[in-house]
Amino acid sequence: MKHRDFTSDEMMTVAAARLLWNGCVCFVGIGLPSAVANLARLLHAPDIVLIYESGTIGARPTVLPLSIGDGELAETATAVVSLPEIFAYWLQAGRVDVGFLGAAQIDRFGNLNSTVIGPYEAPTTRLPGAGGAPEIASNARQTFVVLKQSPRSFVADLDFKTSIGFGAGHGARARTGARGAGPQAVITDFGLLRPASDTQELQLMACFENVDPQAAVRATGWPLRVAQQLEVIRAPEPEELRVLRELHARRLKGG
Amino acid sequence: MAVFLSLREAIARHVQDGQSIALEGFTHLIPFAAAHEIIRQRRTGLHLIRMTPDLIYDQMIGMGCARALTFSWGGNPGVGSLYRLRDAVENGWPRPLALHEHTHAGMAAAYTAGASGLPFGLLRGYIDNGLNAVNPDIRRVRCPYTDEELATVPAINPDVSIIHAQAADGQGNVLIQGILGAQKEAALAGRKLLVTVEKVVERLDTHLNSVVLPGWVVSAIAQVPRGAYPSYAQGFYARDNEFYKAWDAIGKSRERFERWMDVNVLRAAA
Repeated sequence: MKHRDFTSDEMMTVAAARLLWNGCVCFVGIGLPSAVANLARLLHAPDIVLIYESGTIGARPTVLPLSIGDGELAETATAVVSLPEIFAYWLQAGRVDVGFLGAAQIDRFGNLNSTVIGPYEAPTTRLPGAGGAPEIASNARQTFVVLKQSPRSFVADLDFKTSIGFGAGHGARARTGARGAGPQAVITDFGLLRPASDTQELQLMACFENVDPQAAVRATGWPLRVAQQLEVIRAPEPEELRVLRELHARRLKGG
Repeated sequence: MAVFLSLREAIARHVQDGQSIALEGFTHLIPFAAAHEIIRQRRTGLHLIRMTPDLIYDQMIGMGCARALTFSWGGNPGVGSLYRLRDAVENGWPRPLALHEHTHAGMAAAYTAGASGLPFGLLRGYIDNGLNAVNPDIRRVRCPYTDEELATVPAINPDVSIIHAQAADGQGNVLIQGILGAQKEAALAGRKLLVTVEKVVERLDTHLNSVVLPGWVVSAIAQVPRGAYPSYAQGFYARDNEFYKAWDAIGKSRERFERWMDVNVLRAAA
Protein backbone atom coordinates (compact mmCIF):
# COMPACT_ATOMS: atom_id res chain seq x y z
CA MET A 1 0.00 0.00 0.00
CA LYS A 2 1.33 3.45 -0.94
CA HIS A 3 2.06 6.02 1.68
CA ARG A 4 -1.05 8.01 2.58
CA ASP A 5 -1.38 11.22 4.50
CA PHE A 6 -4.63 10.17 6.18
CA THR A 7 -5.65 7.34 8.52
CA SER A 8 -8.05 4.45 7.85
CA ASP A 9 -10.48 5.99 10.33
CA GLU A 10 -10.46 9.23 8.33
CA MET A 11 -10.92 7.36 5.08
CA MET A 12 -13.87 5.38 6.45
CA THR A 13 -15.43 8.48 7.98
CA VAL A 14 -15.21 10.45 4.73
CA ALA A 15 -16.47 7.55 2.60
CA ALA A 16 -19.46 7.01 4.91
CA ALA A 17 -20.25 10.73 5.06
CA ARG A 18 -20.48 10.84 1.25
CA LEU A 19 -23.32 8.30 1.43
CA LEU A 20 -25.51 10.65 3.46
CA TRP A 21 -27.72 13.14 1.67
CA ASN A 22 -29.08 16.54 2.58
CA GLY A 23 -32.31 16.32 4.59
CA CYS A 24 -31.67 12.71 5.55
CA VAL A 25 -32.90 11.71 9.03
CA CYS A 26 -30.01 9.89 10.61
CA PHE A 27 -29.99 7.89 13.87
CA VAL A 28 -26.41 7.99 15.11
CA GLY A 29 -24.42 6.28 17.81
CA ILE A 30 -21.35 7.62 19.51
CA GLY A 31 -17.84 7.45 18.07
CA LEU A 32 -17.26 7.03 14.36
CA PRO A 33 -20.94 7.25 13.28
CA SER A 34 -21.27 10.54 15.11
CA ALA A 35 -18.19 11.89 13.31
CA VAL A 36 -19.59 10.66 9.97
CA ALA A 37 -22.97 12.36 10.37
CA ASN A 38 -21.49 15.62 11.64
CA LEU A 39 -18.94 15.67 8.83
CA ALA A 40 -21.75 15.29 6.28
CA ARG A 41 -23.66 18.10 8.01
CA LEU A 42 -20.65 20.43 7.79
CA LEU A 43 -19.89 19.52 4.15
CA HIS A 44 -22.73 18.73 1.74
CA ALA A 45 -25.75 18.03 3.97
CA PRO A 46 -26.46 21.12 6.11
CA ASP A 47 -30.08 20.05 6.68
CA ILE A 48 -29.35 16.51 7.78
CA VAL A 49 -31.28 15.66 10.96
CA LEU A 50 -29.21 13.95 13.63
CA ILE A 51 -31.09 11.89 16.19
CA TYR A 52 -29.18 10.55 19.19
CA GLU A 53 -30.86 7.88 21.30
CA SER A 54 -30.50 10.04 24.40
CA GLY A 55 -33.50 11.96 23.06
CA THR A 56 -31.97 14.81 21.10
CA ILE A 57 -33.56 15.50 17.71
CA GLY A 58 -31.79 17.78 15.24
CA ALA A 59 -28.61 18.11 17.29
CA ARG A 60 -25.94 20.34 15.74
CA PRO A 61 -22.94 19.86 18.03
CA THR A 62 -19.89 22.03 17.40
CA VAL A 63 -17.71 19.57 19.33
CA LEU A 64 -17.95 15.80 18.97
CA PRO A 65 -19.55 14.35 22.09
CA LEU A 66 -17.78 11.61 24.06
CA SER A 67 -21.02 10.14 25.34
CA ILE A 68 -24.41 9.74 23.73
CA GLY A 69 -25.89 12.23 26.17
CA ASP A 70 -23.36 15.07 26.45
CA GLY A 71 -24.89 18.45 27.28
CA GLU A 72 -23.71 19.81 23.91
CA LEU A 73 -26.28 17.60 22.15
CA ALA A 74 -29.20 18.87 24.20
CA GLU A 75 -28.11 22.50 23.94
CA THR A 76 -27.95 22.42 20.13
CA ALA A 77 -31.02 20.22 19.46
CA THR A 78 -34.31 21.25 17.89
CA ALA A 79 -36.13 19.15 20.47
CA VAL A 80 -35.17 17.09 23.51
CA VAL A 81 -37.59 14.26 24.19
CA SER A 82 -37.57 11.26 26.49
CA LEU A 83 -35.83 8.04 25.60
CA PRO A 84 -39.02 5.95 25.41
CA GLU A 85 -40.36 8.57 22.98
CA ILE A 86 -37.26 8.39 20.75
CA PHE A 87 -37.56 4.64 20.38
CA ALA A 88 -41.36 4.52 20.04
CA TYR A 89 -42.50 7.67 18.18
CA TRP A 90 -39.41 8.31 16.10
CA LEU A 91 -37.58 5.05 15.38
CA GLN A 92 -40.32 2.41 15.64
CA ALA A 93 -42.81 4.58 13.77
CA GLY A 94 -40.50 4.66 10.77
CA ARG A 95 -39.25 8.26 10.85
CA VAL A 96 -35.55 7.36 10.50
CA ASP A 97 -33.96 7.14 7.03
CA VAL A 98 -30.54 5.82 8.00
CA GLY A 99 -29.39 4.09 11.15
CA PHE A 100 -25.64 3.79 11.74
CA LEU A 101 -24.35 0.66 13.43
CA GLY A 102 -21.02 -0.71 14.55
CA ALA A 103 -20.35 -4.14 16.06
CA ALA A 104 -17.66 -6.58 17.12
CA GLN A 105 -18.63 -9.14 14.48
CA ILE A 106 -20.55 -9.19 11.19
CA ASP A 107 -21.46 -12.20 9.04
CA ARG A 108 -21.95 -12.51 5.29
CA PHE A 109 -25.61 -11.46 5.57
CA GLY A 110 -24.89 -8.34 7.61
CA ASN A 111 -26.13 -9.76 10.92
CA LEU A 112 -24.24 -8.19 13.84
CA ASN A 113 -22.85 -9.27 17.20
CA SER A 114 -22.17 -6.72 19.92
CA THR A 115 -23.00 -8.97 22.91
CA VAL A 116 -20.37 -11.63 23.67
CA ILE A 117 -17.34 -13.45 22.28
CA GLY A 118 -17.62 -17.10 23.28
CA PRO A 119 -20.75 -18.72 24.75
CA TYR A 120 -23.30 -16.36 26.35
CA GLU A 121 -23.31 -18.15 29.71
CA ALA A 122 -19.49 -18.23 29.97
CA PRO A 123 -18.11 -15.60 27.61
CA THR A 124 -14.41 -15.10 26.97
CA THR A 125 -15.22 -11.43 26.37
CA ARG A 126 -18.35 -9.76 27.61
CA LEU A 127 -19.14 -6.90 25.19
CA PRO A 128 -21.44 -3.95 26.06
CA GLY A 129 -24.53 -5.54 24.50
CA ALA A 130 -27.48 -4.46 22.42
CA GLY A 131 -28.27 -0.88 23.35
CA GLY A 132 -30.37 0.64 20.60
CA ALA A 133 -28.89 -1.46 17.79
CA PRO A 134 -31.44 -4.29 17.33
CA GLU A 135 -34.38 -1.94 16.91
CA ILE A 136 -32.37 0.46 14.74
CA ALA A 137 -31.47 -2.55 12.59
CA SER A 138 -35.09 -3.60 12.19
CA ASN A 139 -36.91 -0.25 12.13
CA ALA A 140 -34.70 2.26 10.29
CA ARG A 141 -35.46 2.48 6.55
CA GLN A 142 -31.92 1.26 5.94
CA THR A 143 -28.74 0.86 7.95
CA PHE A 144 -25.08 1.59 7.27
CA VAL A 145 -22.50 -0.44 9.14
CA VAL A 146 -19.02 0.92 9.82
CA LEU A 147 -16.48 -1.72 10.83
CA LYS A 148 -12.81 -2.47 10.22
CA GLN A 149 -12.31 -5.63 8.23
CA SER A 150 -10.36 -8.56 9.70
CA PRO A 151 -10.94 -12.30 10.05
CA ARG A 152 -11.85 -11.66 13.71
CA SER A 153 -14.61 -9.18 12.86
CA PHE A 154 -15.83 -10.49 9.48
CA VAL A 155 -16.71 -14.03 10.54
CA ALA A 156 -18.38 -17.08 9.04
CA ASP A 157 -20.49 -17.57 12.17
CA LEU A 158 -21.41 -14.98 14.78
CA ASP A 159 -20.86 -15.90 18.43
CA PHE A 160 -24.20 -14.18 19.17
CA LYS A 161 -26.80 -12.52 16.97
CA THR A 162 -27.54 -9.09 18.44
CA SER A 163 -28.95 -7.26 15.43
CA ILE A 164 -30.63 -8.56 12.31
CA GLY A 165 -29.19 -7.94 8.88
CA PHE A 166 -30.62 -10.28 6.26
CA GLY A 167 -30.92 -13.32 8.56
CA ALA A 168 -30.04 -16.36 6.44
CA GLY A 169 -30.34 -14.30 3.26
CA HIS A 170 -32.44 -15.20 0.21
CA GLY A 171 -35.37 -13.09 1.42
CA ALA A 172 -35.31 -14.30 5.04
CA ARG A 173 -35.47 -10.76 6.44
CA ALA A 174 -38.70 -9.99 4.58
CA ARG A 175 -40.33 -12.98 6.32
CA THR A 176 -39.65 -11.48 9.77
CA GLY A 177 -41.41 -8.47 11.22
CA ALA A 178 -38.44 -6.23 10.36
CA ARG A 179 -39.59 -3.10 8.55
CA GLY A 180 -36.57 -1.47 6.94
CA ALA A 181 -34.39 -2.54 4.02
CA GLY A 182 -31.54 -3.65 6.29
CA PRO A 183 -27.79 -3.08 5.86
CA GLN A 184 -27.43 -1.46 2.43
CA ALA A 185 -23.83 -0.38 2.93
CA VAL A 186 -20.93 -1.73 4.98
CA ILE A 187 -17.98 0.66 5.08
CA THR A 188 -14.66 -0.92 6.00
CA ASP A 189 -11.02 0.15 5.91
CA PHE A 190 -10.75 -1.60 2.52
CA GLY A 191 -13.84 -0.26 0.82
CA LEU A 192 -17.57 -0.71 0.50
CA LEU A 193 -19.69 -3.86 0.67
CA ARG A 194 -23.29 -4.02 -0.47
CA PRO A 195 -25.83 -6.87 -0.43
CA ALA A 196 -26.42 -8.84 -3.63
CA SER A 197 -29.98 -8.34 -4.84
CA ASP A 198 -30.91 -12.06 -4.91
CA THR A 199 -29.00 -13.70 -2.06
CA GLN A 200 -28.41 -10.56 0.03
CA GLU A 201 -24.89 -11.79 0.65
CA LEU A 202 -22.47 -8.91 1.15
CA GLN A 203 -20.14 -8.32 -1.79
CA LEU A 204 -17.15 -6.07 -2.18
CA MET A 205 -18.44 -3.38 -4.56
CA ALA A 206 -15.75 -0.72 -4.24
CA CYS A 207 -12.22 -0.35 -2.89
CA PHE A 208 -10.33 2.68 -1.73
CA GLU A 209 -7.60 3.96 -4.06
CA ASN A 210 -4.49 1.77 -4.02
CA VAL A 211 -6.19 -1.02 -2.08
CA ASP A 212 -5.82 -4.57 -3.38
CA PRO A 213 -9.22 -6.31 -3.38
CA GLN A 214 -7.49 -9.61 -2.61
CA ALA A 215 -6.32 -8.09 0.68
CA ALA A 216 -9.98 -7.47 1.52
CA VAL A 217 -10.76 -11.09 0.67
CA ARG A 218 -7.97 -12.27 2.97
CA ALA A 219 -9.34 -10.07 5.76
CA THR A 220 -12.72 -11.80 5.58
CA GLY A 221 -13.69 -14.98 7.40
CA TRP A 222 -15.93 -16.22 4.59
CA PRO A 223 -15.19 -16.48 0.84
CA LEU A 224 -15.93 -12.85 0.01
CA ARG A 225 -17.36 -12.25 -3.44
CA VAL A 226 -15.84 -9.37 -5.36
CA ALA A 227 -17.92 -7.47 -7.91
CA GLN A 228 -16.77 -7.93 -11.47
CA GLN A 229 -16.78 -4.19 -12.08
CA LEU A 230 -15.10 -3.02 -8.93
CA GLU A 231 -15.43 0.70 -8.35
CA VAL A 232 -12.76 2.91 -6.83
CA ILE A 233 -13.51 5.21 -3.90
CA ARG A 234 -11.47 8.35 -4.35
CA ALA A 235 -9.20 9.38 -1.51
CA PRO A 236 -10.42 12.05 0.92
CA GLU A 237 -10.26 15.56 -0.53
CA PRO A 238 -8.21 18.17 1.34
CA GLU A 239 -11.43 20.00 2.26
CA GLU A 240 -13.00 16.83 3.67
CA LEU A 241 -9.93 16.15 5.78
CA ARG A 242 -9.69 19.74 6.96
CA VAL A 243 -13.29 19.83 8.21
CA LEU A 244 -13.00 16.39 9.83
CA ARG A 245 -9.76 17.26 11.60
CA GLU A 246 -11.16 20.54 12.85
CA LEU A 247 -14.14 18.62 14.24
CA HIS A 248 -11.85 16.24 16.14
CA ALA A 249 -9.55 19.04 17.28
CA ARG A 250 -12.51 20.80 18.86
CA ARG A 251 -13.31 17.65 20.79
CA LEU A 252 -9.82 17.51 22.23
CA LYS A 253 -9.99 21.12 23.31
CA GLY A 254 -13.51 20.73 24.64
CA GLY A 255 -12.36 17.75 26.71
CA MET B 1 -45.75 13.42 50.58
CA ALA B 2 -42.07 14.13 50.07
CA VAL B 3 -39.98 14.08 53.20
CA PHE B 4 -36.67 15.95 53.23
CA LEU B 5 -33.95 13.77 54.72
CA SER B 6 -30.18 13.59 54.72
CA LEU B 7 -28.89 11.24 52.05
CA ARG B 8 -27.65 8.85 54.74
CA GLU B 9 -31.06 8.75 56.39
CA ALA B 10 -32.92 8.39 53.07
CA ILE B 11 -30.87 5.35 52.06
CA ALA B 12 -30.92 3.82 55.57
CA ARG B 13 -34.68 4.12 55.73
CA HIS B 14 -35.65 3.05 52.21
CA VAL B 15 -33.01 0.76 50.67
CA GLN B 16 -32.78 -2.77 52.09
CA ASP B 17 -30.68 -5.83 51.25
CA GLY B 18 -32.10 -7.99 48.49
CA GLN B 19 -34.35 -5.35 46.93
CA SER B 20 -34.67 -4.50 43.27
CA ILE B 21 -33.53 -0.93 42.73
CA ALA B 22 -33.22 1.34 39.71
CA LEU B 23 -30.86 4.31 39.76
CA GLU B 24 -31.75 5.93 36.43
CA GLY B 25 -30.48 8.84 34.37
CA PHE B 26 -29.28 8.35 30.80
CA THR B 27 -25.71 9.72 30.76
CA HIS B 28 -27.13 12.87 32.35
CA LEU B 29 -28.16 13.21 36.04
CA ILE B 30 -26.83 9.81 37.10
CA PRO B 31 -27.33 9.57 40.90
CA PHE B 32 -23.73 8.73 41.86
CA ALA B 33 -23.91 10.18 45.38
CA ALA B 34 -26.86 7.93 46.24
CA ALA B 35 -25.02 4.89 44.90
CA HIS B 36 -21.98 5.75 46.98
CA GLU B 37 -24.13 5.99 50.09
CA ILE B 38 -25.61 2.55 49.32
CA ILE B 39 -22.07 1.19 49.00
CA ARG B 40 -21.04 2.82 52.32
CA GLN B 41 -24.04 1.27 54.04
CA ARG B 42 -22.90 -2.12 52.69
CA ARG B 43 -26.15 -3.14 51.07
CA THR B 44 -25.93 -6.56 49.40
CA GLY B 45 -27.97 -8.94 47.31
CA LEU B 46 -29.49 -6.11 45.29
CA HIS B 47 -31.09 -6.63 41.90
CA LEU B 48 -29.78 -3.58 40.04
CA ILE B 49 -31.83 -2.18 37.16
CA ARG B 50 -30.52 0.43 34.71
CA MET B 51 -30.46 0.80 30.94
CA THR B 52 -26.76 1.68 30.94
CA PRO B 53 -24.92 0.34 34.01
CA ASP B 54 -22.26 3.03 33.45
CA LEU B 55 -19.57 3.67 36.08
CA ILE B 56 -22.24 3.85 38.79
CA TYR B 57 -23.11 0.14 38.60
CA ASP B 58 -19.55 -0.85 37.74
CA GLN B 59 -18.73 0.52 41.19
CA MET B 60 -21.68 -1.12 42.95
CA ILE B 61 -21.04 -4.48 41.26
CA GLY B 62 -17.33 -4.35 42.05
CA MET B 63 -18.12 -3.59 45.69
CA GLY B 64 -20.34 -6.66 45.93
CA CYS B 65 -23.74 -4.93 46.25
CA ALA B 66 -25.44 -6.87 43.45
CA ARG B 67 -26.73 -10.38 42.79
CA ALA B 68 -28.52 -9.55 39.51
CA LEU B 69 -28.51 -6.91 36.79
CA THR B 70 -31.25 -5.89 34.38
CA PHE B 71 -29.72 -3.74 31.63
CA SER B 72 -29.51 -3.01 27.93
CA TRP B 73 -26.02 -1.58 27.25
CA GLY B 74 -23.07 -2.18 29.55
CA GLY B 75 -20.11 -0.16 28.33
CA ASN B 76 -18.18 2.96 29.31
CA PRO B 77 -19.63 5.40 26.72
CA GLY B 78 -17.06 6.47 24.15
CA VAL B 79 -14.28 4.74 26.12
CA GLY B 80 -14.73 0.95 26.21
CA SER B 81 -15.48 -1.72 28.77
CA LEU B 82 -16.88 -1.69 32.27
CA TYR B 83 -14.26 -3.99 33.77
CA ARG B 84 -15.98 -4.62 37.11
CA LEU B 85 -19.14 -5.70 35.28
CA ARG B 86 -17.04 -7.89 32.99
CA ASP B 87 -15.12 -9.41 35.90
CA ALA B 88 -18.41 -10.35 37.59
CA VAL B 89 -19.81 -11.90 34.40
CA GLU B 90 -16.62 -13.55 33.16
CA ASN B 91 -15.09 -14.64 36.50
CA GLY B 92 -17.81 -14.30 39.14
CA TRP B 93 -15.76 -11.68 41.03
CA PRO B 94 -16.50 -10.52 43.68
CA ARG B 95 -19.63 -12.63 43.28
CA PRO B 96 -21.64 -14.09 40.39
CA LEU B 97 -24.08 -11.76 38.67
CA ALA B 98 -27.28 -12.98 37.02
CA LEU B 99 -28.03 -11.04 33.84
CA HIS B 100 -31.47 -10.04 32.60
CA GLU B 101 -30.51 -8.53 29.30
CA HIS B 102 -32.63 -6.35 27.05
CA THR B 103 -32.41 -3.79 24.28
CA HIS B 104 -32.87 -0.07 24.94
CA ALA B 105 -36.25 -0.09 23.23
CA GLY B 106 -37.29 -3.11 25.30
CA MET B 107 -36.29 -1.55 28.60
CA ALA B 108 -37.95 1.73 27.67
CA ALA B 109 -41.17 -0.20 27.02
CA ALA B 110 -40.80 -2.12 30.30
CA TYR B 111 -40.37 1.09 32.33
CA THR B 112 -43.28 2.72 30.52
CA ALA B 113 -45.48 -0.28 31.36
CA GLY B 114 -44.29 -0.11 34.96
CA ALA B 115 -45.17 3.56 35.21
CA SER B 116 -48.55 2.90 33.54
CA GLY B 117 -49.58 0.07 35.85
CA LEU B 118 -49.68 -2.36 32.93
CA PRO B 119 -48.34 -5.94 33.19
CA PHE B 120 -46.14 -5.75 30.11
CA GLY B 121 -44.62 -3.44 27.54
CA LEU B 122 -45.11 -3.90 23.82
CA LEU B 123 -42.76 -3.19 20.95
CA ARG B 124 -41.79 -4.13 17.44
CA GLY B 125 -38.42 -5.46 18.44
CA TYR B 126 -36.09 -8.34 19.40
CA ILE B 127 -36.47 -9.59 15.83
CA ASP B 128 -34.25 -12.58 14.98
CA ASN B 129 -32.25 -11.77 18.11
CA GLY B 130 -30.13 -14.03 20.31
CA LEU B 131 -31.58 -12.39 23.43
CA ASN B 132 -34.82 -14.28 22.81
CA ALA B 133 -33.00 -17.52 23.65
CA VAL B 134 -31.21 -16.29 26.78
CA ASN B 135 -33.86 -14.07 28.37
CA PRO B 136 -37.15 -15.99 28.89
CA ASP B 137 -38.84 -12.71 29.86
CA ILE B 138 -38.90 -11.68 26.21
CA ARG B 139 -42.07 -13.13 24.70
CA ARG B 140 -44.51 -12.57 21.84
CA VAL B 141 -48.16 -11.67 21.35
CA ARG B 142 -50.29 -11.38 18.24
CA CYS B 143 -51.98 -8.06 17.65
CA PRO B 144 -55.76 -8.67 17.94
CA TYR B 145 -56.39 -6.13 15.16
CA THR B 146 -53.70 -6.76 12.54
CA ASP B 147 -52.34 -10.20 13.53
CA GLU B 148 -48.81 -8.79 13.56
CA GLU B 149 -46.51 -10.59 15.95
CA LEU B 150 -44.98 -8.19 18.48
CA ALA B 151 -42.50 -8.52 21.32
CA THR B 152 -43.46 -8.17 24.97
CA VAL B 153 -41.39 -7.48 28.06
CA PRO B 154 -42.69 -7.67 31.65
CA ALA B 155 -43.23 -4.32 33.35
CA ILE B 156 -40.35 -3.11 35.49
CA ASN B 157 -41.50 -2.03 38.94
CA PRO B 158 -38.44 -1.60 41.15
CA ASP B 159 -38.83 -1.74 44.92
CA VAL B 160 -37.03 1.59 44.95
CA SER B 161 -36.29 4.02 42.13
CA ILE B 162 -33.66 6.69 42.65
CA ILE B 163 -33.06 9.71 40.42
CA HIS B 164 -31.09 12.94 40.58
CA ALA B 165 -32.57 16.26 39.43
CA GLN B 166 -31.65 19.93 39.33
CA ALA B 167 -34.10 21.32 41.83
CA ALA B 168 -36.99 20.78 44.21
CA ASP B 169 -39.23 23.30 45.94
CA GLY B 170 -40.32 23.24 49.57
CA GLN B 171 -43.25 20.93 48.77
CA GLY B 172 -40.90 18.42 47.21
CA ASN B 173 -41.97 19.05 43.60
CA VAL B 174 -39.03 18.07 41.38
CA LEU B 175 -37.81 19.79 38.21
CA ILE B 176 -35.71 17.94 35.61
CA GLN B 177 -34.13 19.82 32.69
CA GLY B 178 -32.16 18.57 29.70
CA ILE B 179 -31.71 14.98 28.59
CA LEU B 180 -34.42 12.95 30.30
CA GLY B 181 -33.61 9.35 29.46
CA ALA B 182 -36.25 7.12 31.04
CA GLN B 183 -36.11 8.94 34.36
CA LYS B 184 -39.75 9.91 34.57
CA GLU B 185 -40.88 6.39 33.67
CA ALA B 186 -38.44 4.80 36.14
CA ALA B 187 -39.48 7.25 38.83
CA LEU B 188 -43.18 6.47 38.45
CA ALA B 189 -42.57 2.73 38.07
CA GLY B 190 -40.88 2.48 41.48
CA ARG B 191 -42.78 1.34 44.54
CA LYS B 192 -40.79 4.01 46.33
CA LEU B 193 -39.05 7.05 44.83
CA LEU B 194 -35.96 8.71 46.24
CA VAL B 195 -34.71 11.92 44.68
CA THR B 196 -31.46 13.79 45.18
CA VAL B 197 -31.31 17.38 43.95
CA GLU B 198 -28.68 20.02 43.33
CA LYS B 199 -30.64 22.66 45.21
CA VAL B 200 -33.87 23.37 47.04
CA VAL B 201 -35.58 26.58 45.98
CA GLU B 202 -38.59 28.58 46.98
CA ARG B 203 -40.06 28.55 43.47
CA LEU B 204 -39.10 26.21 40.63
CA ASP B 205 -38.06 27.87 37.38
CA THR B 206 -40.70 26.06 35.34
CA HIS B 207 -42.05 26.64 31.86
CA LEU B 208 -45.33 25.27 30.60
CA ASN B 209 -44.08 21.82 29.67
CA SER B 210 -41.23 21.47 32.13
CA VAL B 211 -40.88 18.01 33.57
CA VAL B 212 -42.11 18.20 37.13
CA LEU B 213 -42.66 15.23 39.36
CA PRO B 214 -45.20 16.33 41.94
CA GLY B 215 -44.01 16.07 45.54
CA TRP B 216 -46.75 13.63 46.43
CA VAL B 217 -45.17 10.83 44.33
CA VAL B 218 -41.78 11.31 45.99
CA SER B 219 -40.96 9.21 49.09
CA ALA B 220 -37.90 11.18 50.16
CA ILE B 221 -35.68 14.00 48.91
CA ALA B 222 -32.10 14.77 49.84
CA GLN B 223 -30.21 17.84 48.75
CA VAL B 224 -26.86 16.70 47.36
CA PRO B 225 -24.92 19.30 45.38
CA ARG B 226 -22.83 17.63 42.65
CA GLY B 227 -24.78 14.44 43.35
CA ALA B 228 -24.53 13.38 39.71
CA TYR B 229 -20.76 13.85 39.36
CA PRO B 230 -18.85 12.56 37.29
CA SER B 231 -21.95 12.55 35.07
CA TYR B 232 -23.49 15.98 34.82
CA ALA B 233 -26.36 18.25 35.73
CA GLN B 234 -27.36 20.58 32.90
CA GLY B 235 -27.02 24.16 34.09
CA PHE B 236 -24.79 23.21 37.04
CA TYR B 237 -21.70 21.32 35.87
CA ALA B 238 -20.49 19.45 32.79
CA ARG B 239 -19.81 15.75 32.40
CA ASP B 240 -16.26 14.98 33.49
CA ASN B 241 -15.25 13.16 30.33
CA GLU B 242 -11.65 12.96 31.54
CA PHE B 243 -12.76 11.01 34.60
CA TYR B 244 -14.72 8.58 32.42
CA LYS B 245 -11.54 8.02 30.43
CA ALA B 246 -9.45 7.65 33.62
CA TRP B 247 -11.91 5.06 34.96
CA ASP B 248 -10.77 2.66 32.26
CA ALA B 249 -7.44 2.13 34.06
CA ILE B 250 -8.93 2.29 37.57
CA GLY B 251 -11.62 -0.27 36.84
CA LYS B 252 -9.31 -2.62 35.00
CA SER B 253 -7.45 -3.81 38.08
CA ARG B 254 -9.18 -5.27 41.15
CA GLU B 255 -6.57 -3.83 43.50
CA ARG B 256 -6.59 -0.35 42.01
CA PHE B 257 -10.39 -0.35 41.99
CA GLU B 258 -10.61 -1.34 45.66
CA ARG B 259 -8.06 1.29 46.62
CA TRP B 260 -9.94 3.96 44.70
CA MET B 261 -13.25 3.01 46.29
CA ASP B 262 -11.71 2.93 49.74
CA VAL B 263 -10.27 6.43 49.46
CA ASN B 264 -13.00 8.13 47.42
CA VAL B 265 -16.17 6.42 48.62
CA LEU B 266 -15.82 4.37 51.81
CA ARG B 267 -13.77 6.96 53.69
CA ALA B 268 -15.52 9.93 52.15
CA ALA B 269 -18.12 11.76 54.20
CA ALA B 270 -21.70 11.43 52.98
